[in-house]
Amino acid sequence: MTMRRFLLPIGLFLALVCTLALGLKRDPQAPLPSPLVGKPVPAFQLTQLTDAQKQFGPQDLKGQVWLLNVWASWCVSCRQEHPLIQDLARKGTLPIVGLNYQDQREPGQRWLETHGNPYQFTAFDADGKVGMDLGVYGLPETFVIDKQGRIRYKHTGPVTAEVLKTKLLPLIKELQRG
Amino acid sequence: VAELGLRHPGTHRWKLAGAGALLTLSLTCIMAATPIPSAELDERTNRLASELRCLVCQNQTVADSQAELAVQLKREVRSQLAKGATDEQVRDFMVQRYGEFVLYRPTVNHSTWLLWGGPALLLLTGAGLFVSHWRARRLSGNSLDEADSGFDPHAQDQASSAERAQA
Repeated sequence: MTMRRFLLPIGLFLALVCTLALGLKRDPQAPLPSPLVGKPVPAFQLTQLTDAQKQFGPQDLKGQVWLLNVWASWCVSCRQEHPLIQDLARKGTLPIVGLNYQDQREPGQRWLETHGNPYQFTAFDADGKVGMDLGVYGLPETFVIDKQGRIRYKHTGPVTAEVLKTKLLPLIKELQRG
Repeated sequence: VAELGLRHPGTHRWKLAGAGALLTLSLTCIMAATPIPSAELDERTNRLASELRCLVCQNQTVADSQAELAVQLKREVRSQLAKGATDEQVRDFMVQRYGEFVLYRPTVNHSTWLLWGGPALLLLTGAGLFVSHWRARRLSGNSLDEADSGFDPHAQDQASSAERAQA
């Protein structure tokens, strides 16, 4: 009888412990869900990194599934994913567009020469305005864009072989079929 | 208005009385033409920025953070306000790009109702438990001696301590 008196407080206490434990286990650096997924990619028109006379805008790739990879020469973890992006480009799975974010032309171009250029186009976003419209908050970021020009997936942080195999490639295949 | 009154001491009163619409119109023109004073702009920028979460340093506000993205967002807030955007428009701009998470005070919707209602819900649960406990004790007879002669001297504190645990 006396034990039952403690049941409620102890139960509540355990519930509190569980809530806090779950909160502690969550990764505070976990990528944020983007509100842009499912929405059309924001319209923009930028000059290309490799040629200031040429322009690029998302409408140039309308009707195709494409990948938008946000990078910068100052971004260390961009180097980590770069071989995978290049591999993807070599296989010709889909057009890959680079968005050179908050960078300068010179170092950006040099970076592509050093590490290889997998991009069909590289849009040069010097002031980061387009990056802001895309909700970019940590490089590298990768967007999958469908034939209708909608963002279907966003990956924050370096693309890994795992992410490519389990998330990006299946989605790309599905979108290309549809 | 005071400035306007000083500039046109004679006509101000007449304008107010006879042509209110004209005054409103001219005021709007003056306001649109005059840039927001920078002190006021700074103040508004700061107030808004302190409602926004810095996304790369998630426990800081955009106002507090020196992270590059935060500095850039602050600049964006300021330039939008300078162009005449309302606080609401600036908030919408941020939410469209970074999601509700960017607001330290998220709006009430289907995914945040528990966050907003949680404390009240807990309080009500606690109060409900307290009342039912108290009633049960009163109903279980006025045999106070039986309840209090148990070996637990803090029995009567049970309900309120449960309530405290809730809070």
